[in-house]
Amino acid sequence: MKSFVLKRLLQSIPILLGVSLLSFFIMHLAPGDPTALFTDPNVNPTELARIRSNWGLDKPIIVQYFYWLGNALRGNFGSSYMTGMPVVTEILERLPATLLLMITSFIITLMITIPLGVISAVKKGKWFDNAVTVFSFAGMATPSFWLGLMLMLLFSVKLGWLPAVGMYDPLAKDGWMVRCLDLMRHMILPVTTMTLLSLTGLTRYQRAAMLEVLNQDFIRTARAKGLPERIVIFKHALRNALIPIVTILGLSLPDLFGGAFIIETIFAWPGMGRLGVMAIFQRNYPLIMGIVMLSAVLIVLGNLLADIAYAWVDPRIRYGKGDEG
Amino acid sequence: MRAISVKFGLCILSFFVLMAIFAPLISPYDPSAILENDTFAPSAQHWFGTDDLGRDIFSRAVYGSRISLTVGIVAVFIAVLIGTLMGALAGYFGGWTDNLIMRFVDVMLAFPSIFLILAIQAMLTPNIYNVMIVIGLTSWMGVARLVRGEYLKIRELSYVEAAKAIGCSPARIIFRHILPNAMGPIIVAGTLGMAGAILTESSLSFLGMGVQPPMASWGNMLMDAQAYLLDAPWMAVIPGMLIFLTVLSLYFVGEGLREVVGEG
Repeated sequence: MKSFVLKRLLQSIPILLGVSLLSFFIMHLAPGDPTALFTDPNVNPTELARIRSNWGLDKPIIVQYFYWLGNALRGNFGSSYMTGMPVVTEILERLPATLLLMITSFIITLMITIPLGVISAVKKGKWFDNAVTVFSFAGMATPSFWLGLMLMLLFSVKLGWLPAVGMYDPLAKDGWMVRCLDLMRHMILPVTTMTLLSLTGLTRYQRAAMLEVLNQDFIRTARAKGLPERIVIFKHALRNALIPIVTILGLSLPDLFGGAFIIETIFAWPGMGRLGVMAIFQRNYPLIMGIVMLSAVLIVLGNLLADIAYAWVDPRIRYGKGDEG
Repeated sequence: MRAISVKFGLCILSFFVLMAIFAPLISPYDPSAILENDTFAPSAQHWFGTDDLGRDIFSRAVYGSRISLTVGIVAVFIAVLIGTLMGALAGYFGGWTDNLIMRFVDVMLAFPSIFLILAIQAMLTPNIYNVMIVIGLTSWMGVARLVRGEYLKIRELSYVEAAKAIGCSPARIIFRHILPNAMGPIIVAGTLGMAGAILTESSLSFLGMGVQPPMASWGNMLMDAQAYLLDAPWMAVIPGMLIFLTVLSLYFVGEGLREVVGEG
């Protein structure tokens, strides 16, 4: 197991290098450079040249890349073009808000999707299963931003129950409890949007995995032994049906991040996703690179964790002896 | 249940395809013409109402179907082309070719794709051609993995061995002998991928990085709608419903095909 983890960690180094190289060159595909966007057209050319050389934009791209890489390896991702703050500080300031959304909706998703998938599989072909199937397809076909807009339209604009945007009410009274409740009220819409979206696809997988397990011999044996159905389903079947789900969860991390970019933009949630979208619009190179790298690290780590969890749920899988597919 | 959903999907899909083809005949007004001096709710004159600039939403929606379907088809075509080629090479040759290609797939998968697409769009000029190309270039990884798996399976079959024995070139075996037998899953992936591409286009256009106004796309109609949620909610409801229906019917058809092809 230890050697497996080590091997995977080593493998992720070239992946991360690839990500950084690719995104760096994509950003510099564009003609012109960011100075064109936010300097006054009347600024004198020598001043402009000074800014360019300050930011290293006058050097060849490959030199810029290695310069960036050298600094990044030492934990210095440069400073935001817009605020002049270190990129790391700026991201770390926003990261908790994003993680709060992602983790909350992740937990709620798991709490709903597993029972839903299991019951749907057990009741295969009955009305409950059909309803869940239709609902899953509907969820997969709904554009995230539109779902967000519709929830906002219904609950904020029409009914006025929930705040439409932001994370805190600036007018909220002091006090720990009040603040907490205020935050929760602001979280409801974005978390619901995120949850509904990841929920639907996962439920289909959970159902499929459960159906496959229920058809296996050991389930028939367990039933033949006279075990109560409840134990057969939840102890024997579910444990095995969770295995593929763990992988799917790991693989769905990029989607979760992708969702965060859009959902945070709609709900004006002050997280990393919104920061990233803004950075793109402003061509804020160092900030874009920082966010891409952080997302990539989290995604790679997420996949690794999924593999480890895979071994943990399924004792048949033991890593370590050059057993990779 | 399945049969119904596939029929439903095909009906809706053909409806949208016809709508896209005959857009000029169906839409009552010019989609870009400013007809009214205010935003009106749906009425007999403007079935879906008018938008913030006083344009007819029904006409815009009809023309928008052209954009969504075209982007979907072209983007998926690009993705399937690249994915099939990469997957076929990796699966057939194995060894370092496989390793190189699959590590590249890993790199591509480590990006949050919407962020990558947004970044590329921002660097290029956002327009409909770039939208198709960029979505295609960033969504081939799933197809590649799938095709690789098929090739790994098929290359062990005796007919492939026979083809090798009579001296067929690798290119001939890959494209003439194996590819037709791997086509089923590729078509399924293509159908589902088209649904994904349409969703991505709409998100991009919604963020202002996709199809640019005055050209109407369902996504950029929603972008316009966002600012008028309070006064003109119909602007937001209708384009979203259209995206939803198109994508849903593609999923239904894709799942139906999957059943025919026989994997699960």
